[in-house]
Amino acid sequence: MSVSSEVVVRHKVGLHARPAALFVKAASGFASRITVENLTKGTAATNARSILSVLSAAVQMNDRVRITADGGDAEAAVTALCDLIKNNFGEMG
Amino acid sequence: MLTKTIQGMGASEGIAVGPVFRYEVHRLVVDRRQVDDVKHEATRLDAALAQARQELQRLSAQAQADIGADEAAIFEAHAMFLDDPELLERVHTTIETLQMNAEYAWQEGTEHYIAALRAIGDEYLSARAADVEDVAQRVQRILQGGGTQSITLTEPVVIVANDLTPSDTVTLEKTKVLAFCTATGGPTSHVAILAKALGIPAVVGLGEEANQLATTAQVIVDGTSGEVLIGPDEATIAGYRQRAGSLSQKRQGALKSTGQPAVTLDGVRVEVVANIGSPADAIEALQYGAEGIGLLRTEFLFLERETGPDEDEQTAVYRAIFQIMGRRPVVVRTLDIGGDKPASYLSTISEMNPFLGVRGARLSLTHTDVFQAQLRALLRAGAGHNLKIMFPMIATLEEVYAVQEQVEQARAMLEASGMDYAQKVEIGIMVEVPSAALMADVLAKTVDFFSIGTNDLAQYTLAADRTNAGVSKLADALHPSVLRLIRVVIEAAHAQGKWVGLCGELAGNPLATPVLLGLGLDEFSMTPKAIPVVKQTIRHFSASEVRNIAEHALALSSATEVRAYLESVAL
Repeated sequence: MSVSSEVVVRHKVGLHARPAALFVKAASGFASRITVENLTKGTAATNARSILSVLSAAVQMNDRVRITADGGDAEAAVTALCDLIKNNFGEMG
Repeated sequence: MLTKTIQGMGASEGIAVGPVFRYEVHRLVVDRRQVDDVKHEATRLDAALAQARQELQRLSAQAQADIGADEAAIFEAHAMFLDDPELLERVHTTIETLQMNAEYAWQEGTEHYIAALRAIGDEYLSARAADVEDVAQRVQRILQGGGTQSITLTEPVVIVANDLTPSDTVTLEKTKVLAFCTATGGPTSHVAILAKALGIPAVVGLGEEANQLATTAQVIVDGTSGEVLIGPDEATIAGYRQRAGSLSQKRQGALKSTGQPAVTLDGVRVEVVANIGSPADAIEALQYGAEGIGLLRTEFLFLERETGPDEDEQTAVYRAIFQIMGRRPVVVRTLDIGGDKPASYLSTISEMNPFLGVRGARLSLTHTDVFQAQLRALLRAGAGHNLKIMFPMIATLEEVYAVQEQVEQARAMLEASGMDYAQKVEIGIMVEVPSAALMADVLAKTVDFFSIGTNDLAQYTLAADRTNAGVSKLADALHPSVLRLIRVVIEAAHAQGKWVGLCGELAGNPLATPVLLGLGLDEFSMTPKAIPVVKQTIRHFSASEVRNIAEHALALSSATEVRAYLESVAL
């Protein structure tokens, strides 16, 4: 089963530094194959479990990303990762 | 020889004069060869990665102790790169399908990502590329059977390098570094951040001209203007030394008298100490004239991580702080977290009222494995130092007995294992719950000291959540009710010959200094930067004068009245 969702990254450092690490750690907790693509910059879909790939997607503040998961827990994975981004990685403001 | 000046970017303020130490990184040469036994190559790679992970863990702990959490996080990020599934798959494919040696496969894989990150042309990602390069070299060195490259400095020097990675700087003896100069890098490069944290001048982005620094004996580094003067004459050196002197004089001006004790006009001495939360803070505390530590928060070791710190890691960090403080007193507060600041590995349940829930000592008493590890680590690190331990969120005598029992258990374990540990340790409690303040005469018989936490005492006394903007104003520690509780605590302790400290924000507020002094407070503990002013304030009053001020303030009917009165008697 393949599930996909789009979300805008509002964190001031984008998908870098601590947010990137949290994102990769969260993605690694699911069995599904998960990819992330930076729609604003038009990058190819890359492995969400790979910190190097996520950094290379160069996601900055206000970039729109698409998260796609393929596998048994695809639904839960996409929801969790989108929520992480929407909740600004647990930071205030 | 004529003085020559080269221009870079000032990355950390200050002026340094001294000899150059040229630091050259030996980049490892990698050969590319076809192999028959691909399994053997894959195993070699995995073993090298495992060793690298171990090294990074150790460096992270060392960086945490020497510099701080930010520096330690760099090595944790390195470890994440080593576990990257895409990188590992690429390297393993090169070994297994192309039948290449592990060294070449590793270099090819890491270079691929370094190039990709650099190509984006973003300063932050270029810095991450440098991190990947750093960790790539670590694994390469292990694969080639090389030992760690470390620098031994015998005299104070100006370190000059093309660039400096966290791995290069973590093992440097920082006290022998006068300044950092690098050919590459910008104001946000690692060396710039490190230099600022250490208060050492740095100039980055000097370009190829930095190589001219190699041969000269003496340089002047101006971290403000970004200039490096090569081979300056005596007159120029004298001029810069004078500038360096006046610069630090200006900075130290406010701190001038802070090294002196805080004594009232009629000769009553009180202790002025610092609230800190990391080894770096301890250094700052001394710079601002702290006579010791009145509150060492230990939460920094426990939060924002997946698993708790083990006993050895804690021992190393506590020891680093105690060593900075020497024989000065250090009051350590055991883990003070609760439902509002959860740590994932401490199973906390969601509470309706976290400030009235399982927090502080209550949480420690429900996780005795974590509690015991912290107590043992403290007792071990405290050997040869002036350690005092206190427990947060104590409301009843039974809780005091329970935590004391835990200390005895930790002692017994260390005694049985034959480990060296602190024998004489004062055991005290935080007084931040009104019940503890009102029962202070009873509690004083069983503890060695009290430390009043006025932030929480005010919020519990006035029933006003200090994190709730609607009522936080009510939680005013200058309210007569809070001041009266402080008097109860101090009188009860003194009647039993015990001392009382205060580590809430009230201690660092010079407005409150005369009233606290008048109530007989023995120890004022505050954020380091507040120390010089509070010491100065104490020196302007006499003990008889402040007794009257306290008596008057406690007879007033509101926080507003107390504040207005204290403003009228302030300096």
